[in-house]
Amino acid sequence: MKSLAELEEIRKKTLEQISLRKSNDGMRVIVGMATCGIAAGARPVMTAFVEELNKRNMTDVTVTMTGCIGVCRLEPIVEVIDKDGNKTTYVKMTPEKAVRIVAEHIVNGRVCADYTIGEADK
Amino acid sequence: MQLYRSHVLVCGGTGCTSSNSEKIIAEFDVQLARNNLQNEVKIVKTGCFGLCAEGPIIVVYPEGAMYTMVKVEDVKEITEEHLLKGRIVKRLLLSSGHDAKDADEASSSLENSEFFKRQMRVALRNCGIINPEQIDEYIAYDGYKALGKALTELKPADVIEILKKSGLRGRGGGGFPTGLKWDFAAKQPEGKKYVCCNADEGDPGAFMDRSVLEGDPHSLIEAMAIAAYAIGSDQGYVYVRAEYPIAVKRLQIAIEQAKEYGLLGKNIFGTDFNFDLEIRLGAGAFVCGEETALMTSVEGHRGEPRPRPPFPAVKGLWDKPTILNNVETYANVPVIILKGAEWFTSIGTEKSKGTKVFAVGGNINNTGLVEVPMGTTLREVVYDIGGGIPKGKKFKAAQTGGPSGGCIPASHLDTPIDYDSLIQLGSMMGSGGLIVMDEDSCMVDIAKFFLEFTVEESCGKCPPCRIGTKRMLEVLERITEGKGEEGDIEKLEILAKNIKASALCGLGQTAPNPVLSTLRYFKDEYMAHVVDKKCPAGVCKSMMKYVIDADACKSCGICAKQCPVSAISGEKKVPYVIDQDKCIKCGVCMEKCPFKAIFKNV
Repeated sequence: MKSLAELEEIRKKTLEQISLRKSNDGMRVIVGMATCGIAAGARPVMTAFVEELNKRNMTDVTVTMTGCIGVCRLEPIVEVIDKDGNKTTYVKMTPEKAVRIVAEHIVNGRVCADYTIGEADK
Repeated sequence: MQLYRSHVLVCGGTGCTSSNSEKIIAEFDVQLARNNLQNEVKIVKTGCFGLCAEGPIIVVYPEGAMYTMVKVEDVKEITEEHLLKGRIVKRLLLSSGHDAKDADEASSSLENSEFFKRQMRVALRNCGIINPEQIDEYIAYDGYKALGKALTELKPADVIEILKKSGLRGRGGGGFPTGLKWDFAAKQPEGKKYVCCNADEGDPGAFMDRSVLEGDPHSLIEAMAIAAYAIGSDQGYVYVRAEYPIAVKRLQIAIEQAKEYGLLGKNIFGTDFNFDLEIRLGAGAFVCGEETALMTSVEGHRGEPRPRPPFPAVKGLWDKPTILNNVETYANVPVIILKGAEWFTSIGTEKSKGTKVFAVGGNINNTGLVEVPMGTTLREVVYDIGGGIPKGKKFKAAQTGGPSGGCIPASHLDTPIDYDSLIQLGSMMGSGGLIVMDEDSCMVDIAKFFLEFTVEESCGKCPPCRIGTKRMLEVLERITEGKGEEGDIEKLEILAKNIKASALCGLGQTAPNPVLSTLRYFKDEYMAHVVDKKCPAGVCKSMMKYVIDADACKSCGICAKQCPVSAISGEKKVPYVIDQDKCIKCGVCMEKCPFKAIFKNV
C-alpha cells in the first residue's frame, strides 16, 4: 500500500460489490417469481436484468423477487420502482424486453410504455 | 467483477459454528448449485451478530431478512422459497421483538428488532456485516483509512491528542485513559518500543474480544499500527487465548493479508513508518491476562505478575517501553481517528465516553453480545435488549466484572452503567461480562463460585492471594454446607480487607470483590445460612431436604421406584417417607411425583 489513492480504489471497488448489504435508495426491479411466473419464463427475465445491470455496473439498482400478483395470464410480470416510489408494471416479459427496459427506463428514465400493463389490455 | 443480486450472510462466530453454521454454508453451496443460482447469490461467512442465543443466524440481503436457529434441513427451503421465488420463510424469522406479518415488515426485521434497535455499534461496527477473511471488505467499510490519515496527515503527537480528547478508557478492566497511557510511552526516550494487545480474555462468561477478533480482525491490526505510530514503535504482539481457535485463525489470515497489501511491513503508505505484528498464544492461565504477567509470558517465561511501578509504559516487554490495551479498546481507535474526538465524546456519560460491549448471559432470554452507549441503565440492557428473565421469574442481581467484580441488586436496576457508577456500587466494569441471576440464585453460592475460580487460578506468587483466598473459600464452603459459625462473616470481611490491601497484582486485589459485594447487598442471605442454617433460594443442597406431604401422597410408589439411592420407602395406603440420611437431593422424586406431593423444604 503506497498511497491513500490506492486504498480508496480498493474501497470503491469492493463497496460496489457489497452495496447490496447497505440500505439502498436506488431503483428496484421486482420480478414475479411464483409458480405462474416461473412457468411463464420469469427466471431468464430476471437473469437478463442481473446480467444487463452487471454489464453497466449499476450497483444502486436492486433486483428482488415477489410472489404472485394475481394476473397470472400476463406473467412474467416485472415491476420497476424508481427513486420517488413511482411504480411501473411491465407484463409478458422476455429477456430481450428486459435489456431494453434497463437501457431506456432504468438508465434514461423513459418508461417503455408499449410493454406496460396498460398497453397489454388494450 | 461479479455482482450478485443477493447476499446470504451466515454467522461464523464461535457460537454459531458450534451449532453447525459450517455445515449450513456447505449445504447452501449444494442447494444453490442444484437450483443454478450460484452466479446470482453469494454466500458470505461473517463474524458474530451478537444474538448468540438464537443462532445459527443467517441474514439475506437485499431484504435484510434475519433467520434464526436455522438447521441444515432448512437450507433447502430458504433456497427454494426465498432465493428462488422471493418468498421469505416466515417461520424462521427472528421471533423476539415483533412478528413479521408480511415480507415488507420482515425486510427490516434485522434493524427493527428490539435487540438491535437499542444498540449502538462502534467496536462491533463490522461484526456480522463483513467477511472477516476478506481485507477488501474491511477496506470497503472505511478500513485502514484511519491509519492512512494518521500516517499522512497527523503527527504522532496529534494522534495522542485526539485519543486524550476523546476520553477513551481501557475496556479491559481498570478503565485507565488510553491517550494518557500512550502519552507516557511516547515520552520515553527513543529506541525500541512495543505495542501489545491483550486478547487473553479469561473472565467466565465474557466473549466480546473473541467476537471482535473473529468478526473484524483488521480493526485490531489497524489500531495497533496507529498506536505504534503514535508512540514510535515498530513491533507489536497480540497475546491471544489458545482456546480461541477460530479467532487465532482469522487473525492469522488478516495479518497475512495486511502484509500482502503492504499495510504491515516496511514503508507503509509510502512513509518511513514500519510496523510488524506477531501472534503469541496464551499459556492458558487466567493470570496471564494481568498486564505484567502477560508480558512475562510473551517473553517466554512463566506467566507471573511483578510489582508496579515501573509501569509497562516505562519498562515493559524486555524492559522496553510498552503499551498494552485490550481488543475492544483498540477496536474503538480507528473510528475515533476518522470521526474525531468530538463525535466520540458526544456518546456516553461525563467521565465514561463511547460505548461498551457486554456479554450478557445467565438467566436471560437473549443471551449474546450487546453494545450500548455508556450510561445505559441495567434495566434497559436486561429487559429491553436482553428480553427479560425466562419463565417470568424475578430479577435478583447482575454480576459484572467477572471474578474481580461484584453483584448489582435489583434496587439499582436504574443506575446508568459506567466505570464510576459500577465502582460506587462495589462492582466494576471489568471486561464486560454481565451475568443475570433470577430469584432462584443463591448469592452465597455465587460468591463461592467466583472464589473457587480465583483459588484455582491464583498463580501462587504472593501469599495474600495464594493463602488468603483459599481461607476465604474454606469459610464459604463451611457456610454453604450449613456448618457456619458465629463470626464467620466477620472473618470473611477481615480477610477480604487484608487481601485487597496486600496482594501483588490486580487479580489478587480484586479477588474478594464478589464476596464483599454480595455481603453488602445480601447480608441477610449470609445470616440465614449461618444462623438459621437455611438457604433461602434452595440452592445449597446440604441445607434443604425433600419432604413428602403425607396428605397429598397417594402411596403410588413411583417416587420410590425412581429414587437412585433407594431412600424412599412405604407401603400401600400409608404415605411414603424419605430417609434424609440416604437422600442425595437429586430432585428426581419431586419431578416424577404425579400428585405434586413432594416439595423442597428450605
